[in-house]
Amino acid sequence: MSMLPSSRNLVLMVAVLGLAGCASSSTWGWYVINPATDTGWTNIRFLINGMGATILISVIAALMSMSFGLIVALPGLSSRWYIRAINRVYVEFIRAIPLLPMLFWVFYGLPIIFKSMGLDIPIDPFWGAIITLAVSDSAFTAEIYRAGIQSIARGQTEAAQTVGLNYLQTMRYVILPQAIRRILPPLANQFIYIVKMSAFASVIGMQELTRRANELVVTEYRPLEIYSLLILEYLVLVLVISAAVRWLERRMGSDERN
Amino acid sequence: MNLSAFPDKAQVDIWPIGQCGGVMAEIAIEMIDVNKWFGDFHVLKDINLKVSLGERVVICGPSGSGKSTVVRCINRLERHQKGVIKVNGSEVTDQPEDLGGDVGMVFQQFNLFPHLSVLENLVLGPMKSRGLSRIEAEDRAAEYLERVKIPEQADKRPGQLSGGQQQRVAIARSLCMEPKVMLFDEPTSALDPEMISEVLDVMVELAEEGMTMVVVTHEMGFARKIADQMVFMDEGEIVETGAPAAFFEAPKSKRCRKFLSQILSH
Ligand SMILES: Nc1ncnc2c1ncn2[C@@H]1O[C@H](COP(=O)(O)OP(=O)(O)O)[C@@H](O)[C@H]1O
Ligand SMILES: [Mg+2]
Repeated sequence: MSMLPSSRNLVLMVAVLGLAGCASSSTWGWYVINPATDTGWTNIRFLINGMGATILISVIAALMSMSFGLIVALPGLSSRWYIRAINRVYVEFIRAIPLLPMLFWVFYGLPIIFKSMGLDIPIDPFWGAIITLAVSDSAFTAEIYRAGIQSIARGQTEAAQTVGLNYLQTMRYVILPQAIRRILPPLANQFIYIVKMSAFASVIGMQELTRRANELVVTEYRPLEIYSLLILEYLVLVLVISAAVRWLERRMGSDERN
Repeated sequence: MNLSAFPDKAQVDIWPIGQCGGVMAEIAIEMIDVNKWFGDFHVLKDINLKVSLGERVVICGPSGSGKSTVVRCINRLERHQKGVIKVNGSEVTDQPEDLGGDVGMVFQQFNLFPHLSVLENLVLGPMKSRGLSRIEAEDRAAEYLERVKIPEQADKRPGQLSGGQQQRVAIARSLCMEPKVMLFDEPTSALDPEMISEVLDVMVELAEEGMTMVVVTHEMGFARKIADQMVFMDEGEIVETGAPAAFFEAPKSKRCRKFLSQILSH
């Protein structure tokens, strides 16, 4: 870990690059997002206002992926091969589809299927992005759950059954509370992955961070500064999530020990 | 089993079951021609075993002879492929929870829930499966913790207890379901020698209170003390059964004699 730049160093690096830019104004044109000027301030507000959509899409997609992943993981734990097959087919199939084609398929293709079924369900960029991210990610969260649950010794399930717990009660009260400590770190990874992949929502017109940056680049023609700020925005988001997860892990860790 | 040697048990055996009509012996567990395979491996061969209500059966035999598998078939942790297993009069299904905690089980490795306190370990089954309120369940838990002589450990985590204490908690956890039958699979095999007796003492008391028990163990002193029926298994078969006196003094089969001489010699 000590070999990697800490979050503090990363922020410092960006700041140094920025200062270097101010010094040689032919390479850099920070005026475009200079908060001291009116246009600069307006531009910054325009860019940062995309944050809400990025967060909302990511959080909803992550919650859906976590619940959906669990539902997909459970048949993967069955002793019957044909029930396990449901899990395998889903995971292998969904995992193989690149995000962007799936996004196009959901946004442009799915409404046609709905229409052919006589349903009038419009898919807007917001829900199109969420559905795609959630489904795509659920193949990965399903694998995370499955591995986490399988890491709990079989004797736990057996003991739960001998005190009369049914399958769902065994999961709810015995297996998942123990597995969650092993599931949480990789699940947090997936959440960060979703935040970053939500940038794809820009291509179907969702007004999130990346879309706004693109639009501003088109009018201001200052890609270096605007995309630098864009990267900084994602960086801040991800670092906040990481800190939150570490806090959660510490809390659960101390819970385990006492 | 040889009922005539145990007139008190024979009496129990002739009570009719509830109002179902018909005079039947009250049989807690019945295995009829039970066969089981793990893939190609024939692990149980024509197992026939009858355990009456209130009876104590001790199963012994060399490692790998199928003792655990017999016990695990009774409480549906394993499924058999041929034959019939009846528990409390009805044929078992493949759903372990259908036994509804009526068959208690004590494992060699305790299998306590490490993330829950001792008390929570004990109340989980009664509350979720039996529908008891928390107060009822905790009262019951306190009572059984008293019975296994560790009332003061209720708030600790299993990991903070010694092996002997953990196994007694496991016994209490099973008893909290008020099962009709208790199964023990080598309950003292994972324990340090100095802790074995504290667990066996609890089991002896349980036997004296009339609990129906099937115990897999190599503790032959204990077996002699509590068993109504001894069962010797080897290579997936029940080779010999009998009352402890006859079983230990004059084992009929060569395999059983050899096993007993090995196990009693040290
Ligand atoms: N899940 C399983 N799959 C395959 N073989 C098994 C399984 N469980 C037990 N066995 C085999 O079945 C035989 C009997 O096992 P077991 O009932 O545990 O014996 P015991 O309790 O008498 O030592 C052993 O040879 C063991 O290796
Ligand atoms: Mg065994």
